[in-house]
Amino acid sequence: MKISDVSLARREFLKGGALVIGFSLTGLPLALAQATDARTPHTLNLDEVDAFLAVRKDGSVIVYSGKVDLGTGHRIAMRQIVAEELSIDPARIDLIEGDTALTPNQGPTAGSTGVMRGGMQLRQAAATAREALLARAAAHLQTGASELIFSDGYVGTATARVAIAELVGDRAFGVRMNPKAPLKNPAQYSVVGRSLPRPDLPGKFTGRHTYVHDFTLPGMLHGRPLRPPAVAARLLEVDAASIAHLPGVQVVRIKDFLGVVASDEWAAVRAARELKARWSAGSGLIGHDNLALWARRGPFVKDEIVVSKGDTSDLANDPRQFAASYQWPIQSHASLGPSCAVADVRADSAMIWSASQATHRYQPAYAQMLGLPLEKVRLIYLDGSGCYGMNGHDDAAADAALLSKAVGKPVRVQWMRQDELGWDPKGPPQLLALRAALDAQGHIDAWEAEMWVPLATANLEHVPLLAPSDAGIAQPAGQMVGLVTQNADPPYRAARVKVTAHWLEPAPLRPSNIRAPGKVANCFAVEAFIDELAVAAKIDPLEFRRRDLTDPRGIEVLDRCAALIGWKPAEAMRRRTGAMARGRGIAYVHYKHNETYVAMAMDVEVVKKSGEIRVKRVACAHDCGLMINPGAVRNQVEGNILQALSRSLFEETTFDSQRVTSVDWGSYRILRFPEAPELLIDLIQRTGEPPLGAGEAASSPVAAALANAVYDAVGVRLRTAPFSAERVLAALRATA
Amino acid sequence: MFKLNVNGKVHQVDVETDMPLLWVLRDHIGLPGTKYGCGIAVCGACTVHVDGAAVRSCSVPVSAVVGKKVLTIEGLGQGGLHKLQASWIAQQVPQCGYCQSGMLMAAAALLKEKPRPTDADIDQAMTNLCRCGTYARVRAAIHAAADIADTATGVKRSAS
Repeated sequence: MKISDVSLARREFLKGGALVIGFSLTGLPLALAQATDARTPHTLNLDEVDAFLAVRKDGSVIVYSGKVDLGTGHRIAMRQIVAEELSIDPARIDLIEGDTALTPNQGPTAGSTGVMRGGMQLRQAAATAREALLARAAAHLQTGASELIFSDGYVGTATARVAIAELVGDRAFGVRMNPKAPLKNPAQYSVVGRSLPRPDLPGKFTGRHTYVHDFTLPGMLHGRPLRPPAVAARLLEVDAASIAHLPGVQVVRIKDFLGVVASDEWAAVRAARELKARWSAGSGLIGHDNLALWARRGPFVKDEIVVSKGDTSDLANDPRQFAASYQWPIQSHASLGPSCAVADVRADSAMIWSASQATHRYQPAYAQMLGLPLEKVRLIYLDGSGCYGMNGHDDAAADAALLSKAVGKPVRVQWMRQDELGWDPKGPPQLLALRAALDAQGHIDAWEAEMWVPLATANLEHVPLLAPSDAGIAQPAGQMVGLVTQNADPPYRAARVKVTAHWLEPAPLRPSNIRAPGKVANCFAVEAFIDELAVAAKIDPLEFRRRDLTDPRGIEVLDRCAALIGWKPAEAMRRRTGAMARGRGIAYVHYKHNETYVAMAMDVEVVKKSGEIRVKRVACAHDCGLMINPGAVRNQVEGNILQALSRSLFEETTFDSQRVTSVDWGSYRILRFPEAPELLIDLIQRTGEPPLGAGEAASSPVAAALANAVYDAVGVRLRTAPFSAERVLAALRATA
Repeated sequence: MFKLNVNGKVHQVDVETDMPLLWVLRDHIGLPGTKYGCGIAVCGACTVHVDGAAVRSCSVPVSAVVGKKVLTIEGLGQGGLHKLQASWIAQQVPQCGYCQSGMLMAAAALLKEKPRPTDADIDQAMTNLCRCGTYARVRAAIHAAADIADTATGVKRSAS
C-alpha cells in the first residue's frame, strides 16, 4: 500500500442486515495515521482509564489494546466488550493495537489470555468510564445518577440527555481504574454474546487489507538476511563481486550477520540467492533422531517437583503399576506467509512495523541492538500471517532494523520459505514417562509423571533473536518456551500424584512458545495413558473419565461430546478385520486445570496396508465460560482441531548435525484440504461466568483422541508423534 | 519493458524478463493482495488467473503473461463483490486470512469450470494450503456460493 492511496482503511460492519462501509476521515490506513498522529501524548499507565479509552468530539471511541488480533477475532471481540459497557454501537469504535507508543503494556498476546485478561482490563476501563460519565451526566442534567440510562452514545432520562462526547469528547477522563466499578448485568447484554462479523475480513477478501507484508514507506528498500548453511556457523568471507551483475544491491555484513538490500524485492531475492559467502561448519547438532537420548542424558539445569500430593515413593516397586513413555517432536510454527517486518531506523529514533505478539516485550531488545533509548524505539503491530506462538516475526523485525540502520533507509524484510521453516524458533521437544497404579475398583491410586523439557527462564521471557546474536550485539537475557509443565497430572480423582520436570539445557534448536505450549504433548501423554488404564481396568474410556471427574462443567463437556458423536461402548465400534480398520477415541482437558474445558472424540480409519490414518469426524464440546463472540470462538476451535491434527499426524522438524532439513512443504508436511474431517462442535455459552481462552485449549486433546481412536481400530498404541503412515505401519508390523 | 493486462487495465512495467509475476504485481503494479508463501508453486497463496486459469504467480515469469489477461484478487469482484467473496464474508471463513486471496482465486477458477462442484471436485481443485485450519469453512463457502446467483453481474450462471 502506498502512502498516497486513499480510502483503503475501511471499516465494515453488518448493521441492520446491510453491509455498511465506512472510510476513515484521513483516508490513510490506520497504522500510518497512527505513525503520523501528532496528538500522541497519551498515558500508558495501566491504572488510568485514559490508557485504554478515548472519546472523540464526534462521539466515536478509540480503544487502545495492548493485545492484538492474530487472526482470532479480538478486533471485533474487544469492541463488543467496550461497546456493551458503554452502550454504544461497536461500529463507532476504532481499535489501536500493539503500538508501544499508544497502547498500554497488557503483556504479550499469548497463552490464550487476549480476552480473558486483556479484554477484561478493557471491560473494567469501560465500566470505570461509565461510572465517571454517570456522575458527570448527573451533575450536568442536575438529576440523580440512579435515574440515568446509557443509550447509543448518550446518558440521560426519558426527558433530558447529554452526549458522552459532550461530557468528555477529545479530553482525558482523568480517572483512575476502579476494579470495583459495577459491570453491566449479563442478563442485559445486547452486544456481547453475538457473533458480529469481523470488521477486517472484507478487506482480506478483496486484497485491500494491509498486512505487514504489504506495508510500504516512501523510499523503502527490500532486504533479505542470508542465514548460514549450518546452525552457529561463522561467516569467513563474502564475495561481493558475485552479485556485481545485480545493479544497486548493497551487501551488509556485521560480524556473522549477512544481508542484502535492494530497491525492489525480486532483486533482493536474487541477490540473497546468488551472493557467494564462505562459512565455517556449524557447532554440531545431535540430529532429530537422537532427541529422546539427549533428553534422558541431559545436561540438566535442575529438577523441579511441579505437583506433589501424597507419597508416591512406593509406586516404582508397586506390582500393579502400568508405565509408558510418550514423545513429542520439535515443531515449527510453519506460518503460511514467511515472517516480515518494516523498519525505519534514523540516527536518533526508530520505528518498526511488525506482526509481533509482544511489541512491548521486544522493545528493549531493539533499543539495545540499535543503541537507542527505549522511548525512541516505537513498535507498531500490523497483521501478519498466523503465528500460533512466537514464530519468526520478531527476528524479521531485528533483521529489518539492522539493515535499515546500515543503509540509512527504511527497509522491509520478508523471509523466504526456507528461512521460516528452518529458522523460526521452534516448539520444544518433549518426553514424558508416566507410571500409575489402580485400586481394586479401577480408580487411580498413584500417578507419577516425569517430563524432560528445555528450560524456560522464569521472568526472563525473551527468545534470543538471530540478528543481534549473529552481529555480536548484546540482547536481554532469557529463554521463553511457555508454561510447558501444566496438565501432566490427571484431571481425575487420584489418591497420590507427583509430577517432576527435568529441565534441560536449551534445546538443539532455539525453542519458543508454540500454541498450547507443553499442553499438547502433556495432554497427549496423560489422556492416552488414561485410555491404557481404562482398557486395563476393563472400563469404557468415557465412563472411566466421567466417574472420576468431580467438576460438573467437565462432566458436561464429556456428556455433550459423547452425545455429539453418538458414543457407544468401544467394542461396538471396532472393526479390526479387513483392509480398513475403524475406531473411535476420546480425550478430555481442563486447560491449565483452571481454564477452558474441552472434550473431544473422533472417528478414524486406518489403512492397514499403508499405515495411513484417515480422520473422518471430530466432535468437540467446548466450555470457555462467557463467549464474547461465539462465531469467533467457533473459528478458533475449528482451527485448533485442524492444526493439532496436522501436528499430530505429520509435523516434525528434522535436522542433521548441521542444519534443519525440513525447510519446504514437502519435507515439513502439513494438513491438506482433502484431509480435513467433518467437524461437530458444541459451544457452551455461560453468560454468568468469566470468559476463558479459546485460542489454545482445543489443541490439547487432539493427539490423544486420535491415538486412542487408532488403538480402538487396530489395537496398537502410538506413543511417539507424529503418527506418520510409516510409523503406524511399523507399529502394526511389530504387533502382527 | 513489458505491457501487461491486469484486471482489465494495461500496465507498462520495466522489469527483468525472469521476474516472477508475483513480484511484478506486488512491487511494480501496486497490487499487494496476492501473497508470497513458498516461491515454488506449492502453497497457492500467490494464485491468480491467467486467461481464466488459476496459476501460481510466484513461478510464472513476467515474460510468459504478455498478451494474456491477468486477474488478481483486487479485480475478482470488479463492479462489486464476487459471489465467492460475499460467501466468504457470510461464512467468516478465515483466521489470519493470509492464504485466502489464493483460496478465493482457486475457488473462482473451479466455479468457472464446475458451477456446482462436488466435495470430490473441491478436494481435487483446492490444492492451496492453509495453516490456520479453514478448509472446512472454505468448502462450505464454495458450496454456498455455488448455490447463489452471481451478484457481481446479476446474471445467474447457466450450468455448463
